[in-house]
Amino acid sequence: MNNISSRNQSEKRFQFYGKVAVTLAISFLVILLYNIFSTGISAFQQTYVAVKLDIPASVDKKSINPRSYLNKSFLEMFPPEVKSRNERKAVLSLLSKGAKYEFQELLEDNESSSLQGYFWFLASADLDMYIKGTVKRQGDTAGRLDEVQMQYVDILESKNLVELQSNKYLFSAADSREPEMAGIRGAIIGSLYAILIAFLVSFPIAVLSAVYLEKLASKNKFSDLIETNINNLAAVPSIVFGLLGLAIFLNFFNLPRSAPLVGGLTLALMTLPTIVIASRAAIKSVPPSIEEAAIGLGASKVQTIFGFTLPLAMPGILTGTIIGIAQAIGETAPLLMIGMVAFVVDIPGGPMEPSTALPVQIFLWADSPERAFTERTSAAIMVLLVFLVLLNLTAIYLRKKLEKKW
Amino acid sequence: MIEILLITILSLALYGFALNKKKAKVLSEINILHSQPHYHGLYTAFLTIVPAIILLISWSFIMNIIMGANLKDYFSDITDAGLVEFYTNGVIDYVEGTTDAIIDHVGFIPAVEYYQSLQKTSSILQFIVTLTLALILFRYSMRFVEVQFKARDHIERVVVIIMRASAVFAIFVTLGIVLSLLFETLRFFDSVNVFDFLFGLHWSPQMAIRADQVGSSGSFGAVPVFTGTLLISFIAMAVAGPIGMYSAIYLSQYASDRVRSYAKPIIEILAGIPTVVYGFFAVITVAPFFRDLGAFLTFTNMSSESALIAGSVLGIMIIPFVASLTDDALTAVPKSLKEGSLAMGATLSETTKKVIIPASFHGIVGSFLLAFSRAIGETMIVVMAAGFAANLTFNPFDSVSTVTVQIVGLLTGDQEFDSPKTLSAFALAFVLFFITLILNVISLSIVKRYREQYE
Amino acid sequence: MTEQLKLSIKNLNVFYGDKQALYNINLNIMEKEVTSLIGPSGCGKSTLLKCINRMNDLVEICKTDGQVLLDSKDINDASQDPVLLRMKVGMVFQKPNPFPKSIYDNVAFGPTLHGMTNSKEELDHVVIESLSKSGLYDEVKDRLFDPGTGLSGGQQQRLCIARALAVNPEILLMDEPCSALDPIATAKIEDLIAELKEQYTIVIVTHSMQQAARVSDRTAYMHMGELIESGLTKTIFSNPQHQKTQDYITGRIG
Ligand SMILES: Nc1ncnc2c1ncn2[C@@H]1O[C@H](COP(=O)(O)OP(=O)(O)O)[C@@H](O)[C@H]1O
Ligand SMILES: [Mg+2]
Repeated sequence: MNNISSRNQSEKRFQFYGKVAVTLAISFLVILLYNIFSTGISAFQQTYVAVKLDIPASVDKKSINPRSYLNKSFLEMFPPEVKSRNERKAVLSLLSKGAKYEFQELLEDNESSSLQGYFWFLASADLDMYIKGTVKRQGDTAGRLDEVQMQYVDILESKNLVELQSNKYLFSAADSREPEMAGIRGAIIGSLYAILIAFLVSFPIAVLSAVYLEKLASKNKFSDLIETNINNLAAVPSIVFGLLGLAIFLNFFNLPRSAPLVGGLTLALMTLPTIVIASRAAIKSVPPSIEEAAIGLGASKVQTIFGFTLPLAMPGILTGTIIGIAQAIGETAPLLMIGMVAFVVDIPGGPMEPSTALPVQIFLWADSPERAFTERTSAAIMVLLVFLVLLNLTAIYLRKKLEKKW
Repeated sequence: MIEILLITILSLALYGFALNKKKAKVLSEINILHSQPHYHGLYTAFLTIVPAIILLISWSFIMNIIMGANLKDYFSDITDAGLVEFYTNGVIDYVEGTTDAIIDHVGFIPAVEYYQSLQKTSSILQFIVTLTLALILFRYSMRFVEVQFKARDHIERVVVIIMRASAVFAIFVTLGIVLSLLFETLRFFDSVNVFDFLFGLHWSPQMAIRADQVGSSGSFGAVPVFTGTLLISFIAMAVAGPIGMYSAIYLSQYASDRVRSYAKPIIEILAGIPTVVYGFFAVITVAPFFRDLGAFLTFTNMSSESALIAGSVLGIMIIPFVASLTDDALTAVPKSLKEGSLAMGATLSETTKKVIIPASFHGIVGSFLLAFSRAIGETMIVVMAAGFAANLTFNPFDSVSTVTVQIVGLLTGDQEFDSPKTLSAFALAFVLFFITLILNVISLSIVKRYREQYE
Repeated sequence: MTEQLKLSIKNLNVFYGDKQALYNINLNIMEKEVTSLIGPSGCGKSTLLKCINRMNDLVEICKTDGQVLLDSKDINDASQDPVLLRMKVGMVFQKPNPFPKSIYDNVAFGPTLHGMTNSKEELDHVVIESLSKSGLYDEVKDRLFDPGTGLSGGQQQRLCIARALAVNPEILLMDEPCSALDPIATAKIEDLIAELKEQYTIVIVTHSMQQAARVSDRTAYMHMGELIESGLTKTIFSNPQHQKTQDYITGRIG
């Protein structure tokens, strides 16, 4: 006979393992989210440097060369020893390449007024990282800022001429080689186009085939084949759908590479089985007595399906669809296959124009050797996660709202 | 042109709808119609639109083939078929306006002119023929507004056909996958021996630019890629298996309803996070962590792309798959079994180990297989966290590569389409598809058989 | 009693797959009478009832042969449309199954579906009339646009009857319409049946001998897929010809 106390020991141990497993699983999630949020939050701010301008209203703004004028104004702010070529280069590199476009815009907006006093311009990524504390001062240098640059950074800081402002570029720009000017607008729009197309294609096909399989198909070898086929399709690795898209849409139909249209079509094929499976479950749960009543009154099968079955199953169908769409939004691998991985600096104007997508943008930035992209990658992930949370909340809301009692 | 045509047909259909509906409505005031007025309207609309659209699509399709074939004649002096194709595509792209690159060849300008004129004739003819068809059918459908006419039955037949087509579509997707992978794979095997691919021990698909370079042929022995995939997937299962299974056991047997109702959805969030996020997490958090750990334990030979990093992050990702499928299996075991065992004085852990797990063993095996197939097919985590160099090793601290990493590496960036290098990606994908398919079929049938056992 | 033949079932055999559910049934149903089908569970009462409005078409494995003549026309004839048939032959089910719509929409469903009314007023009229016929109007007239699923069980069943009546059928089939109801609701439905037979031919399946005796003019007794005997209810209950019928009526088979 086994010793009772050792049995109880083993009972405790077993339960302890279970608790450890649950705790581990949850803490992985917490660590992951914490990491993303703690690195990403700083990307919503951006370092700006104040440059003293002195342009009277009378000056013709068009005659000003923004680049050289801005550089000159910036250099003039410092003690007269900024003379050597190297030092000038060091100072000027504290400003972003984008600063001259900001200045140009400023000039255009103030054609007939004066520009006098301090104006804020975008700082370079290296300075930005130092100000945010991403890179720390080590001796006389900080990250890629050398001794010379650091001297001037100290001067700017002592005069309060650097500050963090909200990041305008993140949500208004597309990708850029300069981290401080890079944004996710292009990627978001690309993703939205692709998802819209994926939805428009997969939803009707999936719902119709679900209804057909549940309500019209006679149970035979063929309907079994379709059923097994759909179940297996749901488990095909997503990258295989990418290859399918590459072979069919790009090579066979000659659709343009990198276009959200192709991305959307590929994602549609991928989400199709998910929606079919969810829709079938929802359709199955519609009480048959209601359908019988409609048929008993002389409604045809098709009328019953569109009048009762589908409306009653809709909450379930929509929930399944949203889950499928949420999967598709985060999907990266198939998009790499159809070339949505290109470096695109323009915001796409339509579904046929080259574009990237939000998860692909994350991949590209995560892959970039520039350290300044790290925080932006996390920020992009935060935006992606917010989208997913919103979608899931919508699913819950729809479920609550459309659910009728019978 | 095509827009005008579409709008015309659409308006005709709308008009027909309104007209027939009205006619039927008048009839319905004194009779009971077989089909309600709007079905009569829809009937006309369908008859006007559907055949016309089918004609339109097939027309464009056939015309493209004919025009493409005739274009080749302009480049008959060129022997290389690939180049001819490139030139004809150049002509088409130029006319369509996707490019304004003019190809330097005597045939180019005449070919462009020919293509333009042909396109014009074709679209005029298309316009006339399609519109005529739509008009005839429109007119024809007018005759049918009668009390006994079964407009609804006709329309429903079309609707059912559309539904059936939707259901069959899934089969075409599968066929598309199989055929496109198979086709390219067979082309790959034209230049590389099947056995060299499946059993070769050296994988370096890089083809040399110049013929005299070293290693110019590239070598396509995929065994290191397969072992790398297996190594990473096994590491992932070593992480996800115990954690997922113990979580499921704890949540289904021990936890209070309250804890379960919070913990289960939280764990499931892990499955909803896009895999590219895990890849990033692996690079910025897990890799440095392992590096520091390695340094602390004075392992010096740990690669920053080691299989351990990719495998453990992949494992975190598949925890919820194991957990929720195992949970399903455990909760499907009839309560009476559990109660019977407890009533004999067994502790809950003994009941779980000796009664519940054996009773749900099939389901658990099925869930592990499904999770394993997920791990094999996962792409982004390994692309970001594992290496591209395929080393034949089982050391988890070394860098290895996987099937999906190779596919991505071979098919992104610059690629010549017909080289064995790009085609090898399809061969790898075919193997991947095949293996995951088998795993799924097995696990689905195990789970199904097991479910029937308790029904 | 008018003694006019409304429906005639001749040599009807029904199979579910390989299993035969009805054997060579012959039965006549008279116009504007209540005919009740009785017999032990599983003897094929529902199957027979469903043959009358071809609800069996929905069961894929179900095959029938023989004739069901409605006004001397075979309803299984290829030229017959099941939709038109079901307009003429309405059905009320065992469990009340109102649509998840308002009371009004439930009743209006059939007339709208078949385009039987040409205006809103006409439709209103049909709805009110049907609800009145089923004795529900007074109870629900203030809440016509509330969900039909919010009514009590008995009210729901009368709503289902109203819904069937709105299509203006000639025959009303009822499959154990009271089995899910309490005695008071049952009594209301029975009263209703008595009123409805002024206008409609009614076939009712029932489990309760008393109910059959109370509401029906004729009774048919079935046993294991066969029609054992049929005739005037009075005769069947007082003087059954067959031993089995007698056993059942006296409670020896159940
Ligand atoms: N859809 C069906 N599929 C197969 N068999 C059925 C089906 N419906 C009824 N049956 C069989 O037909 C016989 C008669 O059933 P039913 O008409 O429902 O009997 P009752 O209504 O008298 O209880 C039963 O043996 C039953 O099992
Ligand atoms: Mg019955």
